[in-house]
Amino acid sequence: MGENLSQPFEKSSMTPEEIRKINREQRIQTIAFGFMIAITLLAFIAVGADVVPGSFAIPFILGLAGIQLFLQLYYFMHLKDKDHGWPNTFIVSGIVLVIPTIVALMLLIGVTKY
Amino acid sequence: MAETTDLSKGLPSHPEKATLEGKNKFLGFWVFLAGETTMFATFFGTYLGLRNGTGSGPEAADIFSLPLVFIMTMILLTSSLTSVFAMFAMKKNQFKKMKIWMWVTVALGTAFLGFEIYEFVEYVHYGLGFTTSAFASSFYALVGLHGAHVLFGLCWISLLLIRYNKSGITLTNAPKFYVASLYWHFIDVVWIFIFTVVYLMGIGG
Amino acid sequence: MVREATNTLQKSVLWDWLTTVDHKKLAVLYLISGTLFFLKAGLMAVFMRIQLMFPMNDFLSGQTFNEFITMHGTIMLFLAATPLLFAFMNYIVPLQIGARDVAFPFVNALGFWLFFFGGLLVSLSWFFGGAPDAGWTSYVPLASRDYGGLGIDFYVLGLQVSGIGTLVSGINFIVTIINMRAPGMTMMRMPLFCWTTLVTSILIVFAFTPLAAGLALLMLDRMFDGMFFIPGEGGNVVIWQHIFWIFGHPEVYILVLPAFGMISEIIPTFSKKRLFGYTAMVFATLIIGFLGFMVWMHHMFTVGIGPIANSVFAIATMIIGIPTGIKIFNWLFTMWGGKLTFNTAMLCASSFVPTFVLGGVTGVMLAMAPVDHLYHDTYFVVAHFHYIILGGIVLGLIGATFYWYPKMFGHKLNETLGKIMFWMFYVGFHLTFFVQHILGLIGMPRRVYTYLEDQGMDTMNMISTIGAFVMSAAIILLVINIVYSAMKSPREGGDPWDGRTLEWATPTPVPEYNFAQTPQVRSLDPLFYEKIHGDGTMKPAEPIGDIHMPNGSIYPFTISLGLFIAGFGFIMLNMENAIISPWIVIAVGGIITFGSMALHSVKEDHGYHISKETVEQMEKEVGTNG
Repeated sequence: MGENLSQPFEKSSMTPEEIRKINREQRIQTIAFGFMIAITLLAFIAVGADVVPGSFAIPFILGLAGIQLFLQLYYFMHLKDKDHGWPNTFIVSGIVLVIPTIVALMLLIGVTKY
Repeated sequence: MAETTDLSKGLPSHPEKATLEGKNKFLGFWVFLAGETTMFATFFGTYLGLRNGTGSGPEAADIFSLPLVFIMTMILLTSSLTSVFAMFAMKKNQFKKMKIWMWVTVALGTAFLGFEIYEFVEYVHYGLGFTTSAFASSFYALVGLHGAHVLFGLCWISLLLIRYNKSGITLTNAPKFYVASLYWHFIDVVWIFIFTVVYLMGIGG
Repeated sequence: MVREATNTLQKSVLWDWLTTVDHKKLAVLYLISGTLFFLKAGLMAVFMRIQLMFPMNDFLSGQTFNEFITMHGTIMLFLAATPLLFAFMNYIVPLQIGARDVAFPFVNALGFWLFFFGGLLVSLSWFFGGAPDAGWTSYVPLASRDYGGLGIDFYVLGLQVSGIGTLVSGINFIVTIINMRAPGMTMMRMPLFCWTTLVTSILIVFAFTPLAAGLALLMLDRMFDGMFFIPGEGGNVVIWQHIFWIFGHPEVYILVLPAFGMISEIIPTFSKKRLFGYTAMVFATLIIGFLGFMVWMHHMFTVGIGPIANSVFAIATMIIGIPTGIKIFNWLFTMWGGKLTFNTAMLCASSFVPTFVLGGVTGVMLAMAPVDHLYHDTYFVVAHFHYIILGGIVLGLIGATFYWYPKMFGHKLNETLGKIMFWMFYVGFHLTFFVQHILGLIGMPRRVYTYLEDQGMDTMNMISTIGAFVMSAAIILLVINIVYSAMKSPREGGDPWDGRTLEWATPTPVPEYNFAQTPQVRSLDPLFYEKIHGDGTMKPAEPIGDIHMPNGSIYPFTISLGLFIAGFGFIMLNMENAIISPWIVIAVGGIITFGSMALHSVKEDHGYHISKETVEQMEKEVGTNG
């Protein structure tokens, strides 16, 4: 076992079926990328065009960032695939635990009393 | 621990997780990224708490320039896609293709870093030094930390590419490339929130 | 000896210990360095108690007293309790889950050396104008560049380095427990000590990263004039308190959960019963871990965040009483009707329960935000957390030492000396800290180096100091016991306590590969199951064969050394007349660290194999497991 760990392979073990699947996956990712570019544009336009009021633009762009976060994690980083149960657990716990941290550091610093 | 993957047919379809060592690296790196999430959140929280504390220095809306940030965002997003392509090539045992996509990623990352340095230099010219105000300090700390991550990622990926320039895809280097690409995506995830929370909210709100 | 056939023993002793990646040897390193730091910080506590023995005493100056309170707290939490717990986690967890080693032996070694060099850096402060003196919490502005001395720089950089070590060790434990379990060892068959280690490690991952961020901010403040904590420039000092306690509160659980785990191993063994309510215990652990992140602001009730925030955090804090209560009752019900053996380990474990309840009750008292304004920063708080830390963590650690000592070192500790030690420690502990509750209620503030006479504090302070002496005598007795037992105690076999879990299925001394054949686990308490339903030995899950082992490496040492040097360089930025430019020192350290990392990354190291014949011979030599 130890010897062939540094050996390259002549060919891939993928069946034509698997190759088709992975190519389709690659197309989906490209589409996801296009979608991400589009919502990034939307976010920049929402702020840069000066026609959208700030009270709407801020939650809007935060929502878009949330969508992008989801796409990056679940598509680009493959969290949606199988065998990702534990990574999911950790990342989702991290994101949940982060919320009180950010809220506290942003709002509960003694400037305004809540 | 018994190895169950059959290697006689060629490179397994998930070479990054074909060995126990690869599986460990994969999980360990995800745990590390989860920890990084809370670290960046602390910097984000500090920035959000202090962003109105501009003292006598310039405010966010005075100095941030949307076009520059837009270009940087596009570059980094694209580099995320190229590293995705590299990983697809790796799974298909197309070593040359993987190398090319990885080098493209490195090139885009370098361009991003160049823009970031240019941006910081510009801000200093405008009178926003690190010690100007609490806003300035927390801005540079957050964005600078991200920049440091980019720099580390560039060095790491380049080192891997040079080291394994001729070796082909093996069960030893596949997990290394895979976690490096995860790291690169994570940098991109953080940037999504930096451009939204720091730049867009700085200008729009 | 055949054992010399393996790579490890072909090296010199020093080189072997510097390069080892064996989890058992690293555990011993953790144990030794943790004990040394424990003795050092304990000595400081004794000095502080001597100073407080009489009113208006001048045994220590106010400055020295401040340095002692800071170093006592910092060392005890970061450099004594953490490594001592890591020692047992390192040694026992891979054995309990039936693994040959941890998931990342290299990272494991790195974690130890980072902790070690970080601790060394903090300790160096004594030789450069005095230790940190702003309390272990290092609140700004007291610790910021305008008021804090050079000692704070050592605190910041030292803890940064050792914190990275703790973080990587935590990641290593998580992956080990998730990926390296033996066949049949499902999550819900893991011993509770593994569960608490897992939850503790998760807490480390999510709590030490904010600490790293906070320390980075303080470093930027002190060395590069960052404005985070300067209100005149738009900064805010409460931010530091938040970040510190976002880390600091989970840190308490990081320390106490493994102690819970140890207690949950000792009590079933010496009650001859399985742990009562195993599933409830697991979920209570998970809930405590989660809630640990949601309560940090109870340390800041008096800051003035506002009534709603205080209420929310007060309620969240009180809720923690529920899962903890579940655990208390489960331990009691485990002992109920059991065949109890009260040796030293069991004495520690069983007395842990009422002591911890006392600490918990005062905890709920402190959780009530309005009354907390009365208790805040008095000796009541000091008494409360010492009941948790000494009555919880240290009792757990002493119990675990007596329990696992035969597995780690091949012989038991003397029971007579052990029992005397326990009673001295227990009496001394309550003598020291029980009166501090009352001292706090009558208004004695913490962290103040003296007090006036005739304020009703003289007698109780005297009692407290006498208690501290009794406790120190107990610790000295423990050291004597270790030396005495090393010479006098008979050698023990693999299973001296009639144990229930997998670590007792290995021979003693444990061979470097732990299990010649990975065991097949059929139940919770696998060894006990085999004793009842099988022939008392674990069934193998694989034929005997070559065993793959990782190679030792010096890089963990050099990476940590580089960070130590770079950290010292950063401190030099604040020194008045540094001999050489600090930037050179920083660069040298950086090159050593990143160079070692690059070398480690470039060099492919697949480890080596212990051949089947050697394994068979080694197994014969240590005797078959029993």
